[in-house]
Amino acid sequence: MLINLSFIILLLVLSPCSLLVKAQHQTNSLILDTCKKTPNYALCVSTLRSNPHSSTADVAGLGLILVGAVKAKSTAGLKTISELSRANPALKKRLSQCMEDYKMILSAFIPEAEQAIGGDPKFAEDGMNGIADVTAQCVKSLQGVRAPLPSTNKLVHDLSLVTVSIIRTML
Amino acid sequence: MLFCSVNSHYHTHILHIIKMEHPITISHYTPLPDGEHSPSLTTTNTAEQSSRRRSLTFVLLFSSILAACLVMGTMVLFPNSGNEAVEKSTVVPEETVEVAPRGVAEGVSMKSFRRPALNAEPPANFPWNSNVLSWQRSSFHFQPNQNWMNDPNGPLFYKGWYHLFYQYNPDGAIWGNKIVWGHAVSSDLIHWKHLPVAMVTDHWYDVNGVWTGSATILPDGQIVMLYTGSTNESVQVQNLAYPADPSDPLLIEWVKYPGNPVLVPPPGIDFKDFRDPTTAWRTPEGKWRLIIGSKLNKTGISLVYDTVDFKNFTLLDGVLHAVHGTGMWECVDFYPVSKFGENGLDTSFDGVGVKHVMKASLDDDRNDYYAIGTYDPVSGKWVPDNPELDVGIGLRYDYGIYYASKTFYDSNKKRRVLWSWIKETDSEISDVRKGWASVQGIPRTILFDPKTGSNLLQWPVEEVNKLRLNKTVFENVEINTGAVLPLEIGSGSQLDITAEFEVDKESLERVQETNEVYDCKNNGGSSGRGALGPFGLLILADKDLSEQTPVYFYIAKGSGGNLRTFFCADHSRSSKAVDVDKEIYGSVVPVLRGEKLTMRILVDHSIVESFSQGGRTCITSRVYPTKAIYNNAKVFLFNNATEARIIASLNIWQMNTAQRQTHFADLVI
Repeated sequence: MLINLSFIILLLVLSPCSLLVKAQHQTNSLILDTCKKTPNYALCVSTLRSNPHSSTADVAGLGLILVGAVKAKSTAGLKTISELSRANPALKKRLSQCMEDYKMILSAFIPEAEQAIGGDPKFAEDGMNGIADVTAQCVKSLQGVRAPLPSTNKLVHDLSLVTVSIIRTML
Repeated sequence: MLFCSVNSHYHTHILHIIKMEHPITISHYTPLPDGEHSPSLTTTNTAEQSSRRRSLTFVLLFSSILAACLVMGTMVLFPNSGNEAVEKSTVVPEETVEVAPRGVAEGVSMKSFRRPALNAEPPANFPWNSNVLSWQRSSFHFQPNQNWMNDPNGPLFYKGWYHLFYQYNPDGAIWGNKIVWGHAVSSDLIHWKHLPVAMVTDHWYDVNGVWTGSATILPDGQIVMLYTGSTNESVQVQNLAYPADPSDPLLIEWVKYPGNPVLVPPPGIDFKDFRDPTTAWRTPEGKWRLIIGSKLNKTGISLVYDTVDFKNFTLLDGVLHAVHGTGMWECVDFYPVSKFGENGLDTSFDGVGVKHVMKASLDDDRNDYYAIGTYDPVSGKWVPDNPELDVGIGLRYDYGIYYASKTFYDSNKKRRVLWSWIKETDSEISDVRKGWASVQGIPRTILFDPKTGSNLLQWPVEEVNKLRLNKTVFENVEINTGAVLPLEIGSGSQLDITAEFEVDKESLERVQETNEVYDCKNNGGSSGRGALGPFGLLILADKDLSEQTPVYFYIAKGSGGNLRTFFCADHSRSSKAVDVDKEIYGSVVPVLRGEKLTMRILVDHSIVESFSQGGRTCITSRVYPTKAIYNNAKVFLFNNATEARIIASLNIWQMNTAQRQTHFADLVI
């Protein structure tokens, strides 16, 4: 009898929890469904969840949030490359191409994606694919370089491909 | 911590309840039936067990509540706990290698085709240098001196000049929201003068892009231009513009109608699905009619508008045509063709012996589709001759890189002429580095094919032939199975090739029928050997064949001895570089009894246009070799069939340069 009672009480206690859990799922169902179509579900979900606007965004909004995340990581990446180049002149030559490429990401491909998501989404795809290309090329020049640069580079690469598939769903 | 403190409150409350109920519960406790315990111990144990049970329950309850508290707290407070652990992330699904594009694989999301797996190391890439990159610029295709171009706009012939406008980004070599209308003129569709930009993003109704549009020339010679503007809120609207000075044959200045926009998205149409108005045509009532592509869910549609003054419009009920599952229809086009004649027809023409072509650019797969059908001007409806080859699911203008195309009626030479955007298929980084992106296809005449009755014929405008120099003729060259024969024609970057192929009759008859299902893309390209193919030409090939682009026929013999001929272009070995398109394109081409197999190829550096059977099936290629460039680009004949012997006859011309900008290497030599 006590056990029955405690079960009932437990249920009562936990019911607000389950309501809260359910509410969270409802808010994020667009995020979850959209992220399922991308090549890195976990990265997609975690990136979107970390932005408070994601819970009320439509697909285009989610795309913009991801582009913003790629931009932020690319900015961090460029900063790290610059610092490493300054601190270690031997590395500078090896990193120079990658630095130019990251500048290209920020000056050309990110703005293209931002403008296109609101306008003609297929060109945003091109921009994000351009970023994936750049980071794929940087991998070679980053071999042997200590963290966090290689992992930042990979993160930018993976995030941009996630964004490509989200943009695909907008067409 | 809010919920946890609430839970503690519950916790205290519940303990209180249990304490109160405790005596009643215990009195109903039933001792164990076994004789393990002595009567005295039983009594003691009962008491002990009761208290133990009591504590157990408390512990159980307390820990459950605590656990629940922790779970909820974690979810509320730490929603991004997975964010920093990139390497440890669990990928769902685990085995995904490529971003799988939706829709038909050919041409879908062009720049995604060569993505390496997310966790794989990308292969080493060719270090593009300016010498190799500068070779890529075309010599006789239209392109601005620099920067990004996409759709052709408002092509027209006026006072002795052919005009071409085009989507142009004045700021760089990739697309952007400051897209404007570039402008150029030519007297022969081949030699172009670049003029100042015609329209810029200077009004609220086109501040986010002066997008695609079409010209209508009224009977009195007035030019009316309708184009899509992307407004300050990215709504797609239609705007009216006209020449500032109609007496200026170069039409340099343009005026936007002060009452713009003249059309906004109608109810039920998304504000991002309303663009690219066509040239207008006369209705039986004497009004002007045009269509605008759109979509409803995944059904591509063409909205119909009537107007008298191009300022006020009436939306007709229904649509001109719609096809399920084709998605957004961009750059729609609608025009008459003569079933018998050798000339093109004015857009307003109608009458006996006229069919109408409906065309759409599918946003989903970036290909241009057309269908031939019958138009009823009274009802404002069009139906395809063959619903299985309806718009978006049937024939394409071109099976390679060809999008956003648009025709116009050339009243000068009485032909219907087709322009198209040919984009880059190398990486965007290369485009930024080389400072430009995209060319226009060579203008093509369009005619109805009276022999098949079911497709159009496209052919480079005859003015291209003026560029021909230094003809080399090859007559009746025999190519045995497995042979590759070099053709000595000098440098192979700028060529016009016409070729005729005969397959020996014995092989055609002797070869067994198979059930093979062939398509260009999935059969190993030019190395996929069959009894009767592939055979054709290797262009942009270096002498060692380390780089080569085969353009070829493949004949499949099916049940009943039926021969099906395919025309393909294989880019899989076109370049040592890894960041370029390596797809194989093509399609079946109708070949009638008694016809020889013919092809024409225009080689112009990084753009190649191939035509089979007089233009029944066409393939535009972008090719980016690293070695087969300048004087190292060669041409070979090849026959990879296992049984058929081929006899080929060819004319190969060197092509002169039409662009004023020459290549660096040409200047040096």
